[in-house]
Amino acid sequence: MGKTVFIKDTAITGKDRTRDFYGIFLGVLREKGLENEVQPVRVADIGVYGQGITVHLLPDDLLYTNVEEADITPIVEGIKAGKPCQAKLSQFGSKQLRIVLRNCGKIDPEDIEDYIAHDGYQALAKVLSDAPEKVIQEMKTSGLRGRGGAGFPTGMKWDLTRKSPGDPKYVICNGDEGDPGAYMDRSVLEGDPHSVIEGMIIGAYAMGASKGFFYIRAEYPLAIERIEKAIRQCYEYGLLGKNIFGSSFCFDVEIRLGAGAFVCGEETALIASIEGKRGYPSPRPPFPSVKGLWGKPTCINNVETLANIPVILLKGGKWFAGIGTETSKGTKVFAVTGKVKNSGLVEVPMGTSIEDIVYGIAGGAMSGKNVKAIQTGGPSGGVIPKEYFKTQVDYESLQKLGSIMGSGGLIVMDEDDCMIDIAKFYLGFCVDESCGKCAPCRIGGVQMLKLLEKVSTGLGTQKDLDQLQMISAAMQKASLCGLGQTAPNPVLSTLNYYRPEYNAHVDQKKCPACKCEKLIRFLILSEKCVKCGMCFKACPVGAISGNRESGYLIDQTKCTRCGQCFEVCKPHAISKS
Amino acid sequence: MNKKVIEQEIREIADAWKGKEGNLIMVLHEIQNRYGYVPREVSLVLSEILDVPLARIYEVITFYHFFRLTPPGKHTISVCMGTACYLKGGTELLAEFEHLLCVKPGQTTKDGQFHLEVVRCLGCCGLAPVVKIEDKVYGGVKKKDIGDIIAFYSKEAEAKVAD
Ligand SMILES: Cc1cc2nc3c(=O)[nH]c(=O)nc-3n(C[C@H](O)[C@H](O)[C@H](O)COP(=O)(O)O)c2cc1C
Ligand code: FES
Repeated sequence: MGKTVFIKDTAITGKDRTRDFYGIFLGVLREKGLENEVQPVRVADIGVYGQGITVHLLPDDLLYTNVEEADITPIVEGIKAGKPCQAKLSQFGSKQLRIVLRNCGKIDPEDIEDYIAHDGYQALAKVLSDAPEKVIQEMKTSGLRGRGGAGFPTGMKWDLTRKSPGDPKYVICNGDEGDPGAYMDRSVLEGDPHSVIEGMIIGAYAMGASKGFFYIRAEYPLAIERIEKAIRQCYEYGLLGKNIFGSSFCFDVEIRLGAGAFVCGEETALIASIEGKRGYPSPRPPFPSVKGLWGKPTCINNVETLANIPVILLKGGKWFAGIGTETSKGTKVFAVTGKVKNSGLVEVPMGTSIEDIVYGIAGGAMSGKNVKAIQTGGPSGGVIPKEYFKTQVDYESLQKLGSIMGSGGLIVMDEDDCMIDIAKFYLGFCVDESCGKCAPCRIGGVQMLKLLEKVSTGLGTQKDLDQLQMISAAMQKASLCGLGQTAPNPVLSTLNYYRPEYNAHVDQKKCPACKCEKLIRFLILSEKCVKCGMCFKACPVGAISGNRESGYLIDQTKCTRCGQCFEVCKPHAISKS
Repeated sequence: MNKKVIEQEIREIADAWKGKEGNLIMVLHEIQNRYGYVPREVSLVLSEILDVPLARIYEVITFYHFFRLTPPGKHTISVCMGTACYLKGGTELLAEFEHLLCVKPGQTTKDGQFHLEVVRCLGCCGLAPVVKIEDKVYGGVKKKDIGDIIAFYSKEAEAKVAD
């Protein structure tokens, strides 16, 4: 079988050199007589960013980053000799285990034949000859838990839906991916749409559902297009519609679009949205598995959950249960972003330590900085300080640390990030997105935000911090849906781990990370100042006085902390504190 | 807008979705795709055709951020304020756009050229901070690039006027 080489310039700035390197690569291949065996391909996205020219060799799955012209010959020779060229080999892939992302980037997502050639729809064919109860039993054996956030065992959810009386039953794929800063589901929908569809059909068969919906955010046009196309292909191939694979099982699928509301990721709100209404959540119980879409039993599964299913049923629940930890099986995809060297998607077995993810795979902090903490779970999660990076990632251990697994956003923060600012950011998000139906969330969120605002402008008191905790407790207990119940989490976890930082804002009116604008002071250090006058010219409010002989002084009462003097000062004679 | 034309167009859209429960949001998506926003005249016609009260339609439009009630500018500038972009300086970019275009998020410039808006994560956090103009995504944007970016689109507009 021939080999394929994907090439992409992942440098963020500068000219895109993909085409040039493609040409050189082709030349070297010809020179070595490999042009018929190795096919170079220019790709638009390779899953790695900011790593210069990146070369991905398939099916060997070798990833080379920061490749320069001189490296191409050794790489090609390596291909010929069957040995990887160690010098530029990236560690990005080594600790990873790809189950969900097994096909992403390897197959043509718009071609069902390609998916079928990679064991696609085999699980479905196998399952249709089994009894539905057996499928559910297999899922229970696998121990798969929902990847949408809450981690409810999927086999159990299917069982509940199957046993609920009512007809028809519905399956919904939750592709709303509301967590800002996360894009796992988007990548799966775009890179391997058929695996999600296959997972859904299998689920429908197990539960006796006759209709499925894909709920996808409208902000993901490519994902929508790919799923649309994949569904069309399925109908052509008889994988959807009447009598699938010649059995008596019939199943239809439709797409519904989200319209930019975070709360619609919550299952009851999502159901309201599919029904064409405002995305208001409703109290549970009754759970959707009993009374869901149009009052019928409904099962909602996340994209990543569904993408796991074909593999589980093909290789067996036991195999899957062999991966991961005692309580959390299989792998988890994380979107590692923020202040790290290698932003990107990583898929690791449950139980991998945070350290391995942040340092081993993502390469640690960006140049010259130190990692301070990570944040998981998006607006419903919490921060985890560096001291806890030995922790193994699974549902329980993250919860113990005051965060949650969430859908897979993993944001790395460094010393320049102020925890009060982070808490304010997440809470602000939840306040914007609160649907307004219940008072604790609607009012509590706004009040907490006001208190945080006070703290970050230096007007806060210790009493305000106590009050933050009180309101948090009330919101957690009394809110109607998951949004309000979890909205205080970022505040509580930062308060818990970074109390000294809060205290610095409140007692000393200082922001240790120099982030909170109102608390920053710019000062001219006379020993470094060369009296060039650049700061004087740059200051938009005339807060800097003096002349080229006497030097310059910043009038703190006039200063608006815009930072322009700090930026223009060549000899770094202005301090920010 | 001509009521007859609207009616014709809306009927086409609505017919495709007839008989499907919960179709309102999907119909609104198609309307916004066609007109760039959901004009009031269109909602009035839609209310007749689908036989749903106007209040129900507005209830849905105003709940979801995605739907617009006013026409967008020629070029929509979306500044990402997702977590990754926020940490990497999204706020600074937004401030610069506000400053140079003299508008706040959600507003359109006086000449109708630019509409500025804030979005929550475009799903390309690896490139943060990200700005999207029309369908083009700019990654790793710096404050100093913004003048050039705006100039590029203004020039394009000027060139079209000159034609
Ligand atoms: C405020 C809120 C937002 C949510 N957003 C999402 C989301 O974007 N994607 C998702 O799959 N689940 C989301 N969930 C979780 C869903 O309610 C639901 O638990 C999940 O889709 C079930 O699928 P699973 O069992 O496969 O995890 C959210 C929950 C809450 C409370
Ligand atoms: S946070 Fe900006 S693209 Fe995700």
